[in-house]
Amino acid sequence: MAWKDSRRSRSKLLLFTLSITIGIAALVAINSFKENLNYEINNQSKSLLGADLEVYSQQPFTEEQMSFIDSLGSTRSLQSRFSSMIYFPQTGGTRLIQVRTLEGDYPYYGEIETLPLSAATDFKTGAFALVDETLMMQYNANIGDPVKIGQLEFQIIGKLQSIPGQNSINTAVAPVVYIPHQYLVQTGLVERGSRVYYSYFFKTDQEIIEEEFDETYETRFEELALRYETVDKRKKNTSIAFNNTTVFLNMSAFIALLLGSIGVAGAVYSYLGEKRRSVAILRCLGLSGRQAFYIYFYQVLTMGLLGSLIGTTIGTGLQLFLPRLVEGLIPFSIQTRFYALVALEGVAIGMIVTVLFSLLPLLSILKISPLNSIRAEFESGGDDQKNLILKSSLFGVITLFLFSFSYLQIQELDQAAIFIGGLFVTFLILWLFSKGLIYLAKTMVSPKWSFLLRHGIANLHRPKNQTGLLIITVGMCTMLISIMYFSHHVLLDQITMAGSEERPNMVLFDIQSHQKPALETLVTDFDLPIVQDVPVVTMRLLEYNGITKKQASQDSTLEIPDWLYNREYRVTFRDSLISSETLTEGALHPYQANDSIFISIAEGFAERQEWELGDEIIFNVQGALMKTYIGSFRKIDWRRIQTNFLVLFPSGLLEEAPQFHVLVTKVKDNQQSATFQQAIVRQFPNISIIDLELVLKTIEEVLVKISFVIRFMALISVMTGLLVLINSIMLSKSQRVKDSVLLRTLGAKAKHIIAIITIEYLALGSIASLTGLITAHLLTWVLSVTLFDATYSIDYMSTVYIFIAVIIATLVMGLLNMRPVLREMPLTILRREN
Amino acid sequence: MSQILEVHKLSKTYQSGEKNLTVLDQISFSLEAGKSLAIVGPSGSGKTTLLGLCAGLDRIDTGSVSIAGHALDQLSEDQKAQVRNENVGFVFQNFQLIPTLTALENVMIPLELLGDKNALQEATALLDQVGLADRKNHYPSQLSGGEQQRVALARAFSNRPKILFADEPTGNLDEETGAKIEKLLFDLNRDKGTALVLVTHDIELAHKTDHLIRLKGGKVFESDLLSQTHAQS
Repeated sequence: MAWKDSRRSRSKLLLFTLSITIGIAALVAINSFKENLNYEINNQSKSLLGADLEVYSQQPFTEEQMSFIDSLGSTRSLQSRFSSMIYFPQTGGTRLIQVRTLEGDYPYYGEIETLPLSAATDFKTGAFALVDETLMMQYNANIGDPVKIGQLEFQIIGKLQSIPGQNSINTAVAPVVYIPHQYLVQTGLVERGSRVYYSYFFKTDQEIIEEEFDETYETRFEELALRYETVDKRKKNTSIAFNNTTVFLNMSAFIALLLGSIGVAGAVYSYLGEKRRSVAILRCLGLSGRQAFYIYFYQVLTMGLLGSLIGTTIGTGLQLFLPRLVEGLIPFSIQTRFYALVALEGVAIGMIVTVLFSLLPLLSILKISPLNSIRAEFESGGDDQKNLILKSSLFGVITLFLFSFSYLQIQELDQAAIFIGGLFVTFLILWLFSKGLIYLAKTMVSPKWSFLLRHGIANLHRPKNQTGLLIITVGMCTMLISIMYFSHHVLLDQITMAGSEERPNMVLFDIQSHQKPALETLVTDFDLPIVQDVPVVTMRLLEYNGITKKQASQDSTLEIPDWLYNREYRVTFRDSLISSETLTEGALHPYQANDSIFISIAEGFAERQEWELGDEIIFNVQGALMKTYIGSFRKIDWRRIQTNFLVLFPSGLLEEAPQFHVLVTKVKDNQQSATFQQAIVRQFPNISIIDLELVLKTIEEVLVKISFVIRFMALISVMTGLLVLINSIMLSKSQRVKDSVLLRTLGAKAKHIIAIITIEYLALGSIASLTGLITAHLLTWVLSVTLFDATYSIDYMSTVYIFIAVIIATLVMGLLNMRPVLREMPLTILRREN
Repeated sequence: MSQILEVHKLSKTYQSGEKNLTVLDQISFSLEAGKSLAIVGPSGSGKTTLLGLCAGLDRIDTGSVSIAGHALDQLSEDQKAQVRNENVGFVFQNFQLIPTLTALENVMIPLELLGDKNALQEATALLDQVGLADRKNHYPSQLSGGEQQRVALARAFSNRPKILFADEPTGNLDEETGAKIEKLLFDLNRDKGTALVLVTHDIELAHKTDHLIRLKGGKVFESDLLSQTHAQS
């Protein structure tokens, strides 16, 4: 019976199947991709580090450190890395690079890929350099050409194609150049205060078990001020690095499925709307309400299974292309695999969604009276108690499912709660808006208005109106799609640097104090402004409120992370704020001789550490201990191109400490930039230059790549959303077609019908779109603060585009529904409708 | 007197599977203004199709129909709609009221489409005439069958049509209500001088009209409109 009954309305069932298919396809594709990513991180974890263990320091290793390093193993390689400038004598080009010097057989896992292959080892045999392939292309350099790094000239022996654990984005910002370690000193680039990382990479005979290793060596590493990274640690760090991306992907999958669910409910509702009379007739013939329910339940179940299976198949196919979207964003290649569990999960979730979201409309079948066969308008009384309990329980189960699913996808309890809470608030807001619109339509219509306007507006409140349903579904759909776009905007805005044409575009750093006067003269000779000239002193945090690193790591209740003590703090000193800073609490206290030292901390950083005014911090300033107190918090606009600091000291204390300087200037054009950089590299080979125009260009290229990934996911949501929209409007089709054909019979022209439908759907579209957008902005704001940890900013362009697009889409769908009225003869439709 | 409806060699064929089904075959007749005509015949004889074609609700295959001098086969759909609005009234067996509009709004529609500024007053007066002044703000689903058909009658006469097409106007009503509707229909026809084309199974009702056409198998089986009809035996 179920099969026979479905024969004439399979197009409606197809819409329902499509909703499930797209939602599940997105879910399976994203979850498979996540599995692939995790698999590769696990599988390639050793080649991410290139060794079993890395021990590193920002100072040259002392004798004591060396004897400890000797005890860790003899199969090891030495690497140093630092930023410097490269000079291409043949073309005169200069560029900031990351210099890496190597001694030994590193990498032990994975490989340094070069062209020719032999160059990866041959470069260590003389004054040779391996130069990043893209950098060589940019500067028209060829193998055999000379390059100058510091005071030494090297010959390019090979093109560097990939390095273990490094993605192409990192190398795009600061391309890597390898040189043999024995030439490090001769380059003249390593001076006191230079920021060089020295690493020993070990290959051990036995696998390092992180916990055991930590237990045995952690204290010793601390005592010797050495830091280390094991394969497991690198694995964890890599996973964390992808957190934001996966959160976004998870959210996309969730939204796609949610839209699919709305589509399911809408399609079943619309399908059953056509079946009321058939059910009533069957009921007259002796069919029980329960039997009628099962007829349609089996139909829906079959189509749901079909949709889930197709969706899973498409999703599995789609995941083959996802790695291509993130090429260059991750430091390894991804081989795609089929995950039976993910596929099974896809089918299962598809079926759960089918059952849960179709049950709501399906329950109405139980209420269809046999009397409907005689009088279609007959409405049985309200829900009886049993039905009410059933409906309420169903809402409860749906909420629980949505919450569990969002938790499984996002993996954060509070964030999942916020998301689900947001959805319900949106639902409530949309419902209230629809009620408001109905009330407004009822009260505002004036007899003085034109017939068409009155008729169009009155359609919003008349019996069997679709105002509530359309505003909720279209509004919800708009909200979900908008969240995708707005989140995208917030994420991108976070990395896009603010500022105008007047912003400085060149930063010179690693300037030694004795080089300052000569450098300033050079800057003046080039007629360039000194926008900022900042001294920088490096230090480490020794104690926070009397708690040392050892105490913090032993007492987990303190929740003070290790990195707080491990990191190097680059600090400056002054008694005033700069334009990117605002004081939010406390005051800047200039230093008075023999008085306490009050420092200022960046607000966001202090908030995360739960630091408060008056907290005591002891810094180790290159051997000298300095007790300080937090005197103020500063809000910093990190996006401004200025030198910003987490910690600000007052003047009068650090002036004599070993320091380097940073100078910010603005060059007029590429030509001036090139000649100025050449002069600097010739005269001050140790000074590094960041050409911000180049960095911005690189970031822009990366953003294009990231935004492509995001847009791809958003596209899936848009497709599902569009389907929901078609669905929702189809729901109202039957009623509007009947009304319109009668109007046509009574003498209404096509333009009258079009005008009435246009007015009705314009009102519906704009209210639904507006409500969806308002709630989307609210939810994106919440997501920005809680999930992305980013500053919320309004995406005006997308807001306008989405507003217009949703109205147009609603209107077009509404008008397309009216095609039969305008195309077919009134008698044909009247006969069919009867 | 002038002819309000002229039908000449009208044929209509529908596609049924792979076969062509001729529903109407070479029908011709004409009706004078203010006169009434009943079309009778067994189910499937083409009565409703003929009515639909006469009213411009369906496309003519061959032949011609003209209402008040307007040749429908030469008009666009919008032009036909305008002819209906200005000249035609309808009454259907199942009333065909717009369910989302109140009784008053239903009656107002033809007047509003004509751009009549007094639509509200005129529609109220018409509803009063059919005895439904106190039910004007009710929706069709809140009215009985007889009441719905009275609203439909008020609507049919609201634009002061030159011709009224009625498809089984009493088919869905009990005898008493049916009689009332019949009376209303003929009273309005007489008072307002509107020609009446009536499709019915009710021979008694058919005999109350000025003329009669009997259809069988899509052809005119019997007619008293001899001058224009190819009577078939």
